[in-house]
Order: sequence, then C-alpha cells, then structure tokens
Amino acid sequence: MSNLGLIISLLIIGAGLLWLLIRSLQGKEVERRIIFLFIGLAVSVPLLFNITFSEKATPIVKALYDKIDNLPEGSNILLSFDYGPTMAPEVQPMSDVLIRHVLAKNHHLFLMGLWATGQSLGAEAVDRIIKGDFPEKIDGIDFVNIGYKAGNQGVLNVIVTDFRKLYATDVGGRDLDSLPIFNGIKSLKDMDLLISVGGGFPGVKEWVQFAGDPGNVPTGGGSAAVSAPLLYPYYPRQMLGLMGGIKGAAEYESEFKRHYERFKDMPEPGVKMMGPQTLAHLVIMAFIVIGNLSYFFGKKGKQS
Amino acid sequence: MKRKIPVLITFVVGSVLILSVFFPPIETWGEDFSIFFDIIAVFAFFLGGGNLLRIHTKKAIKRQKDWGFSIVTVLGFIIMLIAGLFKVWNDGGIAGDVAAPGSLFQMMYNWIFTPLGATMYALLAFFVASASYRAFRAKNVGATILLVASFIILLGRTPLGTYVTGWIPKSLSIFNIPDLAIWIMTAPNLAGQRAIMIGIALGVVSMSLRLILGVERTYLGVDNE
Repeated sequence: MSNLGLIISLLIIGAGLLWLLIRSLQGKEVERRIIFLFIGLAVSVPLLFNITFSEKATPIVKALYDKIDNLPEGSNILLSFDYGPTMAPEVQPMSDVLIRHVLAKNHHLFLMGLWATGQSLGAEAVDRIIKGDFPEKIDGIDFVNIGYKAGNQGVLNVIVTDFRKLYATDVGGRDLDSLPIFNGIKSLKDMDLLISVGGGFPGVKEWVQFAGDPGNVPTGGGSAAVSAPLLYPYYPRQMLGLMGGIKGAAEYESEFKRHYERFKDMPEPGVKMMGPQTLAHLVIMAFIVIGNLSYFFGKKGKQS
Repeated sequence: MKRKIPVLITFVVGSVLILSVFFPPIETWGEDFSIFFDIIAVFAFFLGGGNLLRIHTKKAIKRQKDWGFSIVTVLGFIIMLIAGLFKVWNDGGIAGDVAAPGSLFQMMYNWIFTPLGATMYALLAFFVASASYRAFRAKNVGATILLVASFIILLGRTPLGTYVTGWIPKSLSIFNIPDLAIWIMTAPNLAGQRAIMIGIALGVVSMSLRLILGVERTYLGVDNE
C-alpha cells in the first residue's frame, strides 16, 4: 500500500513538473508559490513513505571514521557542540553518531560548546544517547560535559594551554580535579582528537586555527552543507576529516552500522533525511531546466 | 582623553597578543588577555539583553508596526531568563546544570526553541529552490559553467549520482558524478576558497595594524584622522 502511495505521489510530482515544462516552452514563468508547493511535496513524500538509500563513506568522511576507530581504547576525544537549534536537524545526526562511535570504542568523551545554545544540545544528547544506549558509562569517568563559555576563539586560546584557567567545574558544578576523567588532562594538547560540529562562527575553522594547529592535536569536524566548501582548504593536513551536510552524516552512519552489529537498529536520521534531500535536489534541477527553457523561449517570443 | 585611553588599550592589547606568539616568556600574557576578553564577552550578554528589552518594550508601548511580536519577544526573553537564572524545576537545585533534563529551561529549549529554530532553517530549502530557478540561467559562458557545476554538485550530493554513473569503469572514474563532485570541491572550489582566504588574511593584517597603531578609529565612533 505504501509503495502504491509512493508511486502515485511521484507520478503527481512528475506530471506537475511536465506541465510546468510545457508551459515554460511557451515562455511562461513559474510562480514562486508553485515552486514552494513542489519542494514541500518533494520533502514530505520520502518522509511519509520512508524512502532511504544506501550510502558509502567518501574519503573525507572515512578519514574521520578511521581516526576514531583506530585510536587505542581509552583515548581522549573532545566533541564541541558549536551550533544551535536552527542547524540541529542537519548536524545533530553527526553528533549522535560520533558520540555512539566514541563510546562504543571505549574512548573518553569530553563534551563542550563554543555556542551558548550548544550546552543544551549537549545535555540533551547525553540524556538521549548516553543514558539510552550506554547506561554503563559513568559521568565523570567515561564522559563529561563541561558546557559553554563565552569568548569564542578566545576560549580556545586559553584552554589550549590550560583548561582550568577557564573551566573550574563541569556543567553539574563538580570540580574538574574531582573527576577521574580529568586525571592527567591539563589542556587541549592532552586530547587525542578534537571534533567540532557546527556550521557557523565559531566552528570547525576556529578549532583548526586556534586549537588543532597551535596545540598540534588532530582535528576533525562536521559542518552544515552551506559552510562545508569553506573548510576544504584545511583538508587533509590541518583537518583530518569532515562530514559535510546531511550526506556526510548519512555516510558516517552507514559506515558505523556496517561495522558495529550492536547498533544495527539504531536510528539513522542522516540516512532518513537523504530521501527528502535526493528528491528535493531533483526537483530543484528540474526547476533550473524549466527556468532556462522559459528564459530562452520567452526571449525568442519577445524578439519575434 | 576619551579617545586616547581606548587607543592606548587597543595598542597594548594588540601588541601583546602578537608578541606573545613569538616570545615564549610573555606567552602567558596573551592567555591572560584572552581571559580578560572572555570576561568582557560575558558583559555583552547584559548589553544585548538590555538593548533587546529597551527596543521591544518601546515598540510595544508605542504600538508601532508588529508590536504584538515585540510582546512575544519580551515575554519569551523574561520567562527563559527566569527559568535559567533560578533553575526552575531543576533536580540539581540552584548549583545544578542550567540545561539539566526535566528543568523548565531545558523543556522550553527542547519543545519551543528547537522546533521554532529548525522551522526557520527548513524554510531555506524553499528559498534556495526559488532562487535557483531564477538565478541559474545560461545567459553567458560564466553562468553556463556555474550551471553545469551546480548540476554536478546537486546530483553528486545524492545517491542518484552513483546510480546514474556507477557503471563507468574505474579507469574513467573522473566521469563518475560523485567523483566529479568531489573534484569540483577539492580543485576549483579549493583554489577559489584559498584565494579568498589569502585576500581576507591580508585584509585582516592590514586592518589590525591600522587598529593597533591608532590609524583606524571608526570603532570609537569618530572619523579617522
């Protein structure tokens, strides 16, 4: 039944686009509201009928995956939530799968945020993923959330040499020195991997410039699709890997699930959102073609 | 005096931050100045919050255009502020995590702020589609190149790219759409981005020098001399 619904929906979208194509051959422009309607359909149909595609990790995503996977057990990995709710639907799947991967490998996970809005998202991730999938992991021993501090890259400038100059406690008000996970950890230089997930300022770029490079610590990231192209100059020497947009998240999720049998039933928001993205991209491409046809035929009509 | 002191502070802070990178004995000065900055950054929240209240309260009182939204803004701000400051319904009490699960602050964050923010971001897809329809037109050679590149990237960022060109032999893999999309990102895009970055960096160096040396004074609200 759902297949039938899917076929009917796709036929409606296809027929609608064909009708617009014929109109464009007559040199007629498409109204903005019609474009919005088609995008709405293209995004909702795959969600309603659960269309998913298999993904394979590209080298830039695989590099980050391999780094976490190949670090010796008990390594220190810091994950920074450098985003807010606006960007969360796109980048939260990256944070989710990274947390699962880091903890499944029994690494130590340090959570923080350079965005004020990141602290709540970090707390929510701890509550949903760590308490849900890793009830055996202990706060303060296996993972810790040190939260947000104001100052953007200024925060990195300080903690690259000493955490305690800025962070006296974790988000629960516990002294950092009383937490076993902080034994032997003085600064970011004691981390084995830094990961920033975000898409704005401050974000992956600032982590590379003010922490990874000066501290000589491997740095990776996850970024919203719109800002991913700006980060390519840092790959692969200064930024070892990057998840770009929802596709990057989907690739990482697929790679993780392929290797970790225990998580075969985990939610895959990235993979799930690739359906809407695929159909939306196709509709956008169709509109670009329609736009060009109406432009050329409209011009020809005016000339004649 | 009102101008000389800020210029002097800018000169000292700017110089120390630069020199601390090159001279290890004063490395800690740079860190201390960064901490000062972090402390000052916190006060920006007070200024921002105060300004928001002032503007929107005034708008609501004078019943200016869209004054209803201003009331929602002020109420939202005050309720979130109270929930966060006094840690309402927070299991850890006043010393607990502001974002503790179950607290009023975190509930409002999860169930009001997050969906609203996500909705705003989601609107982007609609505007991108509309803008693509209007902007990507093959009017000349440059626009056509941009159009072709956008097609490859759009297709390469979906699994369809693999389905359409997955049959291409490995020796010709550059014509595989996902590989072509990666090439566009790592070659032409990279070159362009680097050029922009170098340009921006040179601009930052020159502007920083102007600020440190007191040539640029517009940040003080006065014209340059």
